[in-house]
Amino acid sequence: MEKQPILQIEDLYKQFPVTRTFVDRVKRSPKQVVHALDGISFSVAQGEILALVGESGSGKTTVGMNVLGLQVPTKGYILFDGYNMADWAMGKLKSRKNGDELSRLSKRKQILALRRRAQMVFQDPYESLNPRQTIWEIVVEPLEIHDLGLSADEKEARVRAALEDCGLAPADHFWNRYPDELSGGQRQRVVIAGALVLEPELLVADEPVSMLDVSIRADILTLLQSLRKTRNITILYTTHDLATAGYFTDRMAVMYLGRVVEIGPTAEVLKEPRHPYTQALVSVAPVPNPRKKRKRMILQGEVPNPIDVPSGCRFHPRCPIATDECKITDPPYVKITSKHKVACLKTLSVD
Amino acid sequence: MNTLEVHDLSINYLTNEGIALNAVDGLTFSLEQGRSLGLVGESGCGKTTVMLSLMRLLPEAGRIVDGQILFNGRDLLQISERDMQSVRWKDISMVFQGAMNALNPVRTVESQIVEVLQLHNIIDSTRDARKRAGELLELVGIPAKRGSQYPHQFSGGMKQRAMIAMALACNPQVLIADEPTTALDVMIQAQIIELLEKMQRLLGLSLVLVTHDLGVVAEMCDDVLVMYGGTVAEYASSDVIFNNPQHPYTQRLLKAFPDIAEPGSDLASIPGNPPRLDNLPPGCRFEPRCHVGKGEPICLKQLPPLVEIEPGHHVACHLVKGV
Repeated sequence: MEKQPILQIEDLYKQFPVTRTFVDRVKRSPKQVVHALDGISFSVAQGEILALVGESGSGKTTVGMNVLGLQVPTKGYILFDGYNMADWAMGKLKSRKNGDELSRLSKRKQILALRRRAQMVFQDPYESLNPRQTIWEIVVEPLEIHDLGLSADEKEARVRAALEDCGLAPADHFWNRYPDELSGGQRQRVVIAGALVLEPELLVADEPVSMLDVSIRADILTLLQSLRKTRNITILYTTHDLATAGYFTDRMAVMYLGRVVEIGPTAEVLKEPRHPYTQALVSVAPVPNPRKKRKRMILQGEVPNPIDVPSGCRFHPRCPIATDECKITDPPYVKITSKHKVACLKTLSVD
Repeated sequence: MNTLEVHDLSINYLTNEGIALNAVDGLTFSLEQGRSLGLVGESGCGKTTVMLSLMRLLPEAGRIVDGQILFNGRDLLQISERDMQSVRWKDISMVFQGAMNALNPVRTVESQIVEVLQLHNIIDSTRDARKRAGELLELVGIPAKRGSQYPHQFSGGMKQRAMIAMALACNPQVLIADEPTTALDVMIQAQIIELLEKMQRLLGLSLVLVTHDLGVVAEMCDDVLVMYGGTVAEYASSDVIFNNPQHPYTQRLLKAFPDIAEPGSDLASIPGNPPRLDNLPPGCRFEPRCHVGKGEPICLKQLPPLVEIEPGHHVACHLVKGV
């Protein structure tokens, strides 16, 4: 049986206005907007790990921000456990179900209730820990803010469990130290422990290993994977590195210029990519074996400016197989298998 | 003849208290004309120190205490600083780590390349130098007219290309690239790899590539030198390193690196941390983290010598027997 989706994203748009200079206003040049997200829909099941991959400017981080309610969508919506995320994050939830407790809470309590359930792991563990706080202070802080009415013993048990689940055992060996006494990998574990201490259901991890040394990346990825087993947590993993995503995620959504161009089970997408963009990304990912050299499909140029999105298929200016039709028609999704979808006009003709 | 040969290179850093910390110990390798060598290892293993010493650009606290660096047979450690200045950039040049920030933000890209050409007396007339700068930019795939722009008008990939153009300005024989693709997007990374390969073919460059990305090394390098704690762990052809690694560290490093061709395969990090320079283990520097030799008496006591176990395959491990 299909698991219930915990997160549903429907036709999500996010635009940022471009700041107009004085000269722009005098010249009355038209208002411009950055189309960061341009119609994104997908859902994530409870306990699933989804990878969002793409180059810089593809909008993957914006998805994460919207999912956590840190930004408000321009159009479309995100449902988290059935509630509209944008309203919830601002404490403006209106009663959807009769006698629904959440919508009766005060604004602040609504927001706190959300943060208890959805947390974020940031990219750079060297920047995201306060150097003047001990590990204990960092990890216990969310419990103090949320004031869960825990006794001192219960708090200690929570902090201990969070640290030890993240591989910092025994916890009391670590919690009196300061971040500068820890290695990069240990710091990232502290960041994750801080996100876990409230026992959230959803974790958005934005490039959590890109700043770490190769030899310790695997550990952090394995840790994220194990959290699904121990805590049944749902993870949205944002990265530009297909290889790390291939290692531990269930499904993969490939983004290009504010759209999901291909989504499907990770192994399937990596072994048989169908969208020409995914094919190019997979072909250029370095393989650690000189005997397995593949023909690289290098796309020239860079991701176009999201202010001025190309007509038709947004990938057509860089696409090796684009035809005239691709310049006009915005491709709809084509189902490859029940779980694998691709937005490309040429995919049909390939079969 | 080898373009570049390094014998038994040892480098210390002096602390403020005057204590010498050994950062590189007994490093040996050679590089033929037109070939490429990958220098890999974790942060802090001494990769960048080795790079800088090849150009004699070590920071003040760094001291080369032993060894030879032979460039076409001439020992670069014996020549005067003045002579070294004519080697630097003209014979051996470098693409620095973090090229994004290595360009001067208040000068046009072209003028920065012109400066290199004039400083090294390659071309004196400004007009000719500007023409040459344009050619160099075209060579790395940037339209010459964009040379009159400032670095902030360039994207990350273009800045990296401009840095490569600058490094090639004086027709060097050896190009050292320190993490040239780190911090770039995947597709841009592939473009830069392709560019470096093309330049190598076109100009017959010898390339030293310093990186922690094993994938990039497998794609680009003929030979690989794996460093650990300032020493050579294993040194062999790329095919041998990736398909028949003998040193336990090389084996673990490969296991820790995800392979996109095998999604879902097992990964394992190397437990523990690299050694600190002020607290090096008395024996083999990898012993505390080694899955084979941990606690072995000989590994605890003695630094293993680098042994050629088969032609061209060098390993520094007490527990690896010669073939």
